[in-house]
Amino acid sequence: MTDMQTIYLLIPLLPLVAATIVGLFGRMLPRAAAHWLTIAGVAGAFALSVVVFNDVLQGRVFNGTVYTWLTSGDTSFEVGFLIDRLTAVMMLVVTFVSLMVHVYTIGYMAEDPGYSRFFSYISLFTFSMLMLVMSNNFMQLFFGWEAVGLVSYLLIGFWYTRPTAIYANLKAFLVNRVGDFGFLLGIAMVLYFFGSLDYAAVFSIAPQFADATVSIIPNTEWSLLTVICILLFIGAMGKSAQVPLHVWLPDSMEGPTPISALIHAATMVTAGIFMVARMSPLFEMSTTALSTVMVIGAITALFMGFLGIIQNDIKRVVAYSTLSQLGYMTVALGASAYSVAIFHLMTHAFFKALLFLAAGSVIMGMHHDQDIRNMGGLRKYMKITWITSLIGSLALIGTPLLSGFYSKDSIIEAVKLSHIPGSGFAYFAVLAGVFVTAFYSFRMYFLVFHGKERWMEKTAHAHDHHDAHADDDHDHDEHHHGLGPHDKPHESPWVVTLPLIALAIPSLVIGYIAIGPMLYGHFFDGVIFVDTEAHPVMHELAHHFHGAGAMALHALTSLPFIFALAGVVLSWFFYMKRPDIPAAIQKRCGWLYRLMENKYGFDTFNEKVFAGGSRFLGGKLWGIGDVKLIDGYLVNGTARLIGRISGIIRHLQSGLIYHYAFAMIIGVFLLLSLFMKV
Amino acid sequence: MDWPILSLSIWVPIFAGVLVLCTGGDQNARLARWLALFGSIAAFLVTLPLYTHFNMMDGGFQFQEGHRWITSFNINYHLGVDGLAVPLIILTSFTTVIVVIAGWEVIEKRVAQYMAAFLIMSGLMIGVFAALDAILYYMFWEAMLIPMFLVIGIWGGPNRVYATIKFFLYTFIGSLLMLVAFIYLYHQSNSFELVDYYQLPLSFKAQILIFLAFFMAFAVKVPMWPVHTWLPDAHVEAPTGGSVVLAAIALKLGGYSFLRFAMPIAPDAAHYLSGFMITLSLIAVVYIALVALVQKDMKKLIAYSSISHMGFVTLGFFIFNPLGMEGAIVQMISHGFVSSAMFLSVGVLYDRMHSRQIADYGGVVNTMPTFAAFAVLFGMANAGLPGTSGFVGEFMVILGALQANFWFAFLASTTLILGAAYTLWMVKRVFYGEIGNAHVAALKDLNRREFFILSVLAVLVIGFGVYPHPITEMTHATVNNLLAHLAQSKLL
Repeated sequence: MTDMQTIYLLIPLLPLVAATIVGLFGRMLPRAAAHWLTIAGVAGAFALSVVVFNDVLQGRVFNGTVYTWLTSGDTSFEVGFLIDRLTAVMMLVVTFVSLMVHVYTIGYMAEDPGYSRFFSYISLFTFSMLMLVMSNNFMQLFFGWEAVGLVSYLLIGFWYTRPTAIYANLKAFLVNRVGDFGFLLGIAMVLYFFGSLDYAAVFSIAPQFADATVSIIPNTEWSLLTVICILLFIGAMGKSAQVPLHVWLPDSMEGPTPISALIHAATMVTAGIFMVARMSPLFEMSTTALSTVMVIGAITALFMGFLGIIQNDIKRVVAYSTLSQLGYMTVALGASAYSVAIFHLMTHAFFKALLFLAAGSVIMGMHHDQDIRNMGGLRKYMKITWITSLIGSLALIGTPLLSGFYSKDSIIEAVKLSHIPGSGFAYFAVLAGVFVTAFYSFRMYFLVFHGKERWMEKTAHAHDHHDAHADDDHDHDEHHHGLGPHDKPHESPWVVTLPLIALAIPSLVIGYIAIGPMLYGHFFDGVIFVDTEAHPVMHELAHHFHGAGAMALHALTSLPFIFALAGVVLSWFFYMKRPDIPAAIQKRCGWLYRLMENKYGFDTFNEKVFAGGSRFLGGKLWGIGDVKLIDGYLVNGTARLIGRISGIIRHLQSGLIYHYAFAMIIGVFLLLSLFMKV
Repeated sequence: MDWPILSLSIWVPIFAGVLVLCTGGDQNARLARWLALFGSIAAFLVTLPLYTHFNMMDGGFQFQEGHRWITSFNINYHLGVDGLAVPLIILTSFTTVIVVIAGWEVIEKRVAQYMAAFLIMSGLMIGVFAALDAILYYMFWEAMLIPMFLVIGIWGGPNRVYATIKFFLYTFIGSLLMLVAFIYLYHQSNSFELVDYYQLPLSFKAQILIFLAFFMAFAVKVPMWPVHTWLPDAHVEAPTGGSVVLAAIALKLGGYSFLRFAMPIAPDAAHYLSGFMITLSLIAVVYIALVALVQKDMKKLIAYSSISHMGFVTLGFFIFNPLGMEGAIVQMISHGFVSSAMFLSVGVLYDRMHSRQIADYGGVVNTMPTFAAFAVLFGMANAGLPGTSGFVGEFMVILGALQANFWFAFLASTTLILGAAYTLWMVKRVFYGEIGNAHVAALKDLNRREFFILSVLAVLVIGFGVYPHPITEMTHATVNNLLAHLAQSKLL
């Protein structure tokens, strides 16, 4: 094993070892040991990821097996690593954000009795996520895929006495499983048709099947690659929370804030985006699949953004914003701009983790009150949180020169240039989404950091019905709920603010630095495959690109910038200047508000039709099928029938000699007559 | 190896069982327990050479032993194992150790008899897996019903009489038809040797009838829908140890026998009836999973979940490809660990609260955090999470099923959702939430004995999830042999 191979192995193993030790012996160890061990593991993984990143920048690629998981027939399933530039970018993002979250957790979870358990889980998550991105085959991808799902389940339900948390984690797991259902079928199709689960082998064989068809429903012929890509994408829809499998993500906010940042914003939810980018050689062969991807992404980007506008829970605003941004990444995938999707994934990881952690800092400052209507004017009390939040929000809405601008504007441009079916709608959606994003982001920003200090007067709507789902249970926590009448919000300790600053820096500059090489250099050559003739989007984009500075300058006159500016100004006008206007709109358009408040009815529908339907069906199958038909008629019925027959036959055994003698005579007579005839 | 390892594997536990019986009444319970423990460990150790000395390249029968037994009918004491039987034998002897420890202080009445029943049953079941003579096989097969009948009937719950009679009649009636098939085969070949049957050409009609006769015996044991209704009742009434053996091993007798008898003796019928078998399997996977969802009794829920998982086994057999068949075997082994662990977990709760009703619990994690961690792990294994052994078999069977037909895989994959739904919903209602009631508040976490057995199972469940290679390595040559055999017509 070479030095580099040892490093590859160490990167996932360090967090795993730390997680295992802390998980098994956490209760025996002091608290500081729990965080130092896991932080050391993740910091080591991060440092080594930097080494790996430098190595792949030299153009090296590693693709090799670690061990054979099992062999069956001619198929061999292996655990192995593929280390190329795509992997390296993901590894850096994952380990960096994870490290920040680890540090932040020291402050955020300081008073929690499950301290060491929490560290064990987030380290385990880091391991799983690394295995996912470093995989060189579909099987291990699925492994990591489900493992991150497991940790997500454990962490959403971290406060396991809260009814809402344990509802949310079950829901998250099951909805993800619906996605995995498609994903697994897709993997099975890949194995069947391409004869391997190894990426390299599959990508080299797949072009031979470009025109192949399958008839899954008799008398229909579907393109094989379209079917495979859509099945795989269903998996991505679950993990990356695309409509209609998005329903679990808002509820996942029941988990502690650090994991909302790490898992439900920066890393795990982007696994679907990563996966599709990794599968670019397959998706490129099916324009139908790309169209599907784009339309689903566009719907998510716009309609989930709308829901962000009416949320009053600070974490839920950020959660809907995450949904919407994941939609943007998905749209980019659909437009064959895979590198742009990964670019946005990276910038988003930084500024969204920042926004979540800042929200967590605000929540701590507000003594675990999450309702933005009770906040206001916090900039005076929480300077670092305020500035970093502002940076995060500006990056999110696409302010020129900031990271989010470069990635999001590139997505919009890419969609504009795309000509596949659905691109017209997608362009409208992502453009309108810019306005929506700016509006809800700055609605939150203004309500939290500016204006009147409303925590003094809050009483009435703290337990408003809308947020009952999120608010009603924080008193189970160790902390008391909200600020007292004479309390003042306070800035968080340095372990909390340091990660905020560390994330704010890349949120500011990473776009400017990375756009040139990542999108228009040769960074992803040989990793991401684009059929330039069929989908020339990136090719054309490159023509329009004349450096990061020029792009920012040019943007000042472009539609997205105007939309974003309009969003900010309108939110300022609505929530700082004339708060009566949004209230009036809410009253006037009651039906619309109710529709949005019910999240377009997805939850109700799922709860009634799928959950209720399965229980109903199960009950009937059991009650009628098992109990009544099989047991009632067949099993016990047979027993009764035998009982009845023997009841009749019993009369023959009367115990009277002359009955038996009579029967004997008849019998002899019958037998004789039978034989005589012959 | 000159030692008759298979004979030892069968007779050491039976002998140990008889010895334990000799300790007599409950005044010697302590002695009986220790004797049973040493006996079961010795019985486990003698099966290990089957793994260490197994020739992985050889798909035929190994460790063969043959003695003339009843010469007038040409019945022999003929033993031998292949890559299919060895893992199941080791699983059996291992499970017996677990069961003895699990019943340690829980069983207070007729201790010697309880322990002896399991030891003897273990030997008899190993006999089923090792016999290569039809009559020898049949005797072991029927004999193992007796200790199981006693275990449920004596140490069982309030409704045990109904459950035992149902269990006994169901399995016994099925087995009688198998005996008829054996007698027919004897008349055709003048032999009770299994290997002779493999080579015996049979007409299509005869094959169909033979297959159906076997089907009656094995389908009940597996159990396949619709002859499954004895299992939930038997599980609910059985003591924890009984449930463990029932789920971990007794069900595998059925699956094993399909591969050992029904399919290779009547391969043309097996192909002809594969659509029928696959249909029943898929009904088990989907229908039974839905039924499991609405169970209120934990043991019933796990029993239904077992049936649903066994659907994967029979599905894997009848799609006739290596992935499916090896996946089915892995599924049998894995289910041995996972279902044992699940039933033991219910036992842990039942011993403390004397209730199996989900509604009587809630928030157990608050008082039993260590136990809850185990329960979540085993729950995840039951839901087929990658990294646990529960995933491996399902994954392979689904991959294999798709090669036969997209819709087979589609229906089988619903287990991803339904399996997670019924398992984790139960976990949620039992373990999570606020402390449900005063009884839950008074619960004590695992004792050392319980911790030990659950840890061992946890290590195995994760171990085979991360590295299942040792199982498939063993079954590889055997499965290839079997599939090659099944591909050839045996028609007259």
